[in-house]
Amino acid sequence: MSGSIQDTFFEECEELLEATDEGLTAIEGGNHDPEVVNAVFRAVHSIKGGAGAFGLDELVAFAHRFETVFDEVRANRLELEPKLIQLLLRSSDHLCDLVATARDGGETDEAHHNMLIAALDEYIPEEEEDLTFEPMGLGAPGGFAPAAIDIPAAPTEETYRIRFHPMKEMYGTGNEPFFLFQALKELGELEIKLDDTELPGFDAIDVAESYLAWDLVLTSTEPRDKIEAVFEFVEGLCELSIEGDGDAEADAAALEALNAAFGVAPSAEDGDAAPAPFDQPAPAPAADAGPAPAVDASADKAPAPKADTAKAEQRGGPKPTLRVELERVDRLINAVGELIINHSMLAQQIANLDVADMRDVETELEGFKNLARDIQEGVMSIRAQPVKPLFQRMARIVREASSATGKTCKLVTEGENTEVDKTVIERLSDPLTHILRNAVDHGIEKPEDRESAGKGKVGEIKLTASHRSGSVCIEIKDDGAGVNRPRVKQIAIDKGLIPENAELTDSEIDNLLFLPGFSTAKEVSNLSGRGVGMDVVKNAVTGLGGRINISSAPGKGSTFTIILPLTLAVMDGMVVSVADQTMVVPITSIVETMRGSDDMINNLGADGTLLSIRGNFVPVCDVAGALGLEKQDDQPPGVYLLVETETGQRSALAVDDIHDQRQVVIKSLDGVCGEIAGVAAATILGDGKIAMILDPESIIAASPSAAAFDTERRMNNAVAS
Amino acid sequence: MQSQVEVKHGDQEVKHAQFSEFVSFTVAGQAFCLKITQIREIRRWSPVTILPHAPSDVLGVMNLRGAVIPIYDLSARFGLHQTEASERNVVIVVAVGGKPVGLLAESVSEIISINPDDIQDTPPVDSRYTMEYIQGIISHDETMVRIINLDAVISVPEQVMM
Amino acid sequence: MKTKVLAIDDSRTIRNLLAATLEEAGFEYHCAVDGREGVDMYPEVAPDVVITDINMPNLDGFGVIEELRGEGINSKVPILVLTTESAADMKARARNAGATGWITKPFDDASLIFALKRVTGAAA
Repeated sequence: MSGSIQDTFFEECEELLEATDEGLTAIEGGNHDPEVVNAVFRAVHSIKGGAGAFGLDELVAFAHRFETVFDEVRANRLELEPKLIQLLLRSSDHLCDLVATARDGGETDEAHHNMLIAALDEYIPEEEEDLTFEPMGLGAPGGFAPAAIDIPAAPTEETYRIRFHPMKEMYGTGNEPFFLFQALKELGELEIKLDDTELPGFDAIDVAESYLAWDLVLTSTEPRDKIEAVFEFVEGLCELSIEGDGDAEADAAALEALNAAFGVAPSAEDGDAAPAPFDQPAPAPAADAGPAPAVDASADKAPAPKADTAKAEQRGGPKPTLRVELERVDRLINAVGELIINHSMLAQQIANLDVADMRDVETELEGFKNLARDIQEGVMSIRAQPVKPLFQRMARIVREASSATGKTCKLVTEGENTEVDKTVIERLSDPLTHILRNAVDHGIEKPEDRESAGKGKVGEIKLTASHRSGSVCIEIKDDGAGVNRPRVKQIAIDKGLIPENAELTDSEIDNLLFLPGFSTAKEVSNLSGRGVGMDVVKNAVTGLGGRINISSAPGKGSTFTIILPLTLAVMDGMVVSVADQTMVVPITSIVETMRGSDDMINNLGADGTLLSIRGNFVPVCDVAGALGLEKQDDQPPGVYLLVETETGQRSALAVDDIHDQRQVVIKSLDGVCGEIAGVAAATILGDGKIAMILDPESIIAASPSAAAFDTERRMNNAVAS
Repeated sequence: MQSQVEVKHGDQEVKHAQFSEFVSFTVAGQAFCLKITQIREIRRWSPVTILPHAPSDVLGVMNLRGAVIPIYDLSARFGLHQTEASERNVVIVVAVGGKPVGLLAESVSEIISINPDDIQDTPPVDSRYTMEYIQGIISHDETMVRIINLDAVISVPEQVMM
Repeated sequence: MKTKVLAIDDSRTIRNLLAATLEEAGFEYHCAVDGREGVDMYPEVAPDVVITDINMPNLDGFGVIEELRGEGINSKVPILVLTTESAADMKARARNAGATGWITKPFDDASLIFALKRVTGAAA
C-alpha cells in the first residue's frame, strides 16, 4: 500500500541528504551560522521521521544519534571543532549508505556503523544517551500500538468511576470535554453527570475560570490504560481520578507505566492545582474568554526569535520552486522541438511561394522563430540543474579515496551553481568519480613526499564548472606530481600501443592515458584499478557529445578538462548531402570545410586517398562508403570537412555537398534500431524528412583506409598536431 | 472495436460470438490482415530516410508527427521479393511494445469481420517465415487471408539489426 | 460534513502518509509544506483541526501554534503536534504554546485517528 509513499520518502531522502551535505560542507568551510546548523538538524530529523514510518530501525537509530549530536551543537553545548566536523561528514556519508541500503537492499558495513555510533555517542551527554530513541509505537493504547505497557487485557467487564475536573488552562489548548466523552463512549457504556456545584453566583462568574466538573461511570471491558489514554492530552490540565472496581494497586502500577511511557510524571496529586510536569502559561486576561495567546515570559522565549529569523530567511531565502515530473518536461521539450521544425518547414514553403513582396511575412516569420527559440531555451533551462549535488557527491569520493590511500586531500569546488542538463549530470557521475579517484591515487603524492617537494601536506583537488561559449566546461585540477611522462611512454611501448621509436609531444604522451588498455598502476590498486582505464572515462564523455583533454606539468599537477554540450536535445549541425541523403555533421567536430579540387587529392596505395592542406596530408574518409551507401553517379566528392578527433588526429570527411548550418533537434534512435556505425542520432529537417546525425569518429573508424593511414601517421608523427 | 453479436437459435439457445474486425491488405500479391485494434493509422507511402547498414527488409525511418519510426518492407520480411515502393503503396503504422512501427504494404483492401471460430491454424509448410509470422488463416470471399503475428514480425528484425 | 484537517509538515513523506490515512478514513485533507504556508492557508481552509510538525523551515511548529492562537487569528481549533520526541519537554513546550495534543512519529493509522477523535470527536 505504501509503495509509492515509500518511493516519495526515498526521493525526499535524496534532497535531505543533499541538504545535509551542503550544510556540513558550509560548516566545514567555517560557516557555523545557527541557520546552517538548523538546516542540517532539520534534514536529518526529517529522514529519521520518515524512516520511522517505514520501520527502518537501523536508519532511525543512526539518524537519531546524528540528530542528537546536532541538537547539542544547536544548543551551543558542543563546539564545532574539526574532529567533530569530520565525524559529522563521515556520518553524513554513512547516512547516505543507510538510505541506499534501505532502498536497494544489501548489507551495511556493520563495523563501520558501530564505530560511527560509538564515536557519535561520545558527544552525546549521558542523560540524552539514556533516552536512546526507540522507534516507539506511540502511547496510543489498544491492540494496535506496540505500547511499552504490557497489561493483559481483562476480558471481564469493569466499572470505572471517573472524576474529571478540567482546569481553566485546558480550554486554552483546544481540548473539549465533550470530545473526550465521545471517545470514552466508544469504549463502553458511559453515564455522564455534570457537577456544577462550584459554579458561583451569576455576577461572580469569571469567564476564564473553569467551574465545571464531571462524574463519569464507564462500564467497559477495555483495560484501564485505554481509558487513561483518552485523557492523555489533558493530563496535567485537569484533576482526574479513575477508580475501577478491580485491584487498585495494579491500576496504580499501570498508570505509572503509562506515565513513564509518555515521559510524564504522575499527574497532579490530590487535586493539586499546580500541574506537575508542565510549565503552565499565565492565566489568560479575563477580558477575553477565548484561549489567550500563550506567551510565557521565561520558558517560551526561545521559539519566538527563531520564528523571526525563519521569516527573514524566507524573504531573502531560496526562491520558490515547483516540482514536476521529468516526463512532462520532456514532452514539452519534444513539442518545442516540433515547433522549431514546424517553423523551418513553414519558412521553406513560404520561400517556395511565388509572392512579389514577402517582407511582411518574413518579418513575422523571424518573430516566430525568435519566440520559438525563446521558448526552447526556457524549456531547456527546466532540465538544466546545478552541478552542486554532483560535486557534493564527489567530495565524498575524495574523502573515501584519501582514507583508502592514506593521503590527505581536500576537494575544492567552484561554480557549483553552473547548470547542466540533467542527463549530462547523471552520466557525468561515473567519469568524474574515476578521474577523482585517479587523481588521489596517482596524482596526489603521499604527505611526506609532498613535504619534501616543498608543498603543503594536504593535497588539493579543484573541481570547477563553468559555462564557456555555449558549452559546459568541467575542470579537475590537482596539485600532485603530474603525469610521469617517461613512465607513461614506457608503458605504452611495453603494451604495444606505440612503436618503440615513436616521438611524441608532451601532450601526446599525456593523452596516451586515454588509450584503451592503458593503466598506469604497477599493481592494480583496488581504488582506481579494476582494469578500468581512462578510456572508459573518455567514452563516457564522448558519449555525451563532449571532449576530454589532459594537460600536466611535472611536479605541479594535472588538469583534466571536459567540454560538454549545454544540452543533449539540440545541437548545431552542418547539413550535408551524401549519396542523395541529407545528413547532419556536428559543428563542434568540424575544424574547416573546403571545396575539393583534383589537385588536392593524392592517392596512396590501392584505395587510400590523402588530401593535401597547406602542405599537410590528411587521410580522406568517404562518408558514403563508410556508411555502406551507394552513390548514384560517379561524381567526385564536392566538399571536404576537416575534422579532428579527440586525440588530435585529423581526417577529411568527403561529402557530396554542404547546404547550411543550423540548429537541429536531436532525436534518439534508441528503440528504433540498433546501434549504427557512423550514426549518432537523427533529426527532423525543415521539409519534415529525417536526417541522420553523423558521428565523425566512428565514421573514420569504419573507414578502413583512413583508419589505417591514421595509425601510420600517428606512429610516424608526420603531422604536427 | 469488438462487436458482441447475439445469434438466436429458436427461443432457447443463445450463442455468443465475439466478432473481431480485421483490416486486410495485400503484400506481394497475397492477402494478409491485422486486427484493427493493432493498427494506429494508415498512411500513403512517402520516401523514407535510409538507415545505413540496415538489413534489406528495413526500408529506413520516417517522421511520424515528430517521432522517428522504422519502416519495414513486409514483403521482404516474409521472404518474398523486395517492394519497389511508390506513392500507390501504403504504410500501416502499428504499435509494438508501445512503440510505433511502419509496415509497407501494397495496398489496403477492406475491413472484415471475423468470427474467431473461423480462424484455421496455419497448415505446416516448408517456410520458416510462414510458420513464424502467420498465426492463422481464414477464408474470406473465397480468398485466403493470412493473419499476421505482429510480435513475431517485428521482434525478429530488431535482433537482426543489433 | 467531512472533518477538515490541515496538515503542516515539511516532509513530503509524512504528508503523503497523513494524506493516505486521513483520506481513507474520510477526512478532508489539506496540507502546507512549512509553518508559514500553514498559517497563511489557515483562514482559507478553515480546518476543524490542525496537525503540525515541530521542526520546519519558515516558522516552526511552535511558531505556528503561537500565530494560530495569537490575536490575529485567534483560532480555537484543536492543534496536534507531530513529534518524534518522546521527551516531555517538547510536549510541554507545545502545550504551553497552545497545542491540544500530540502524535508521536512514527504513527500508525489507528493512533492517528484516535488522536483526532479525542480532539474533534470525529468518528473515523
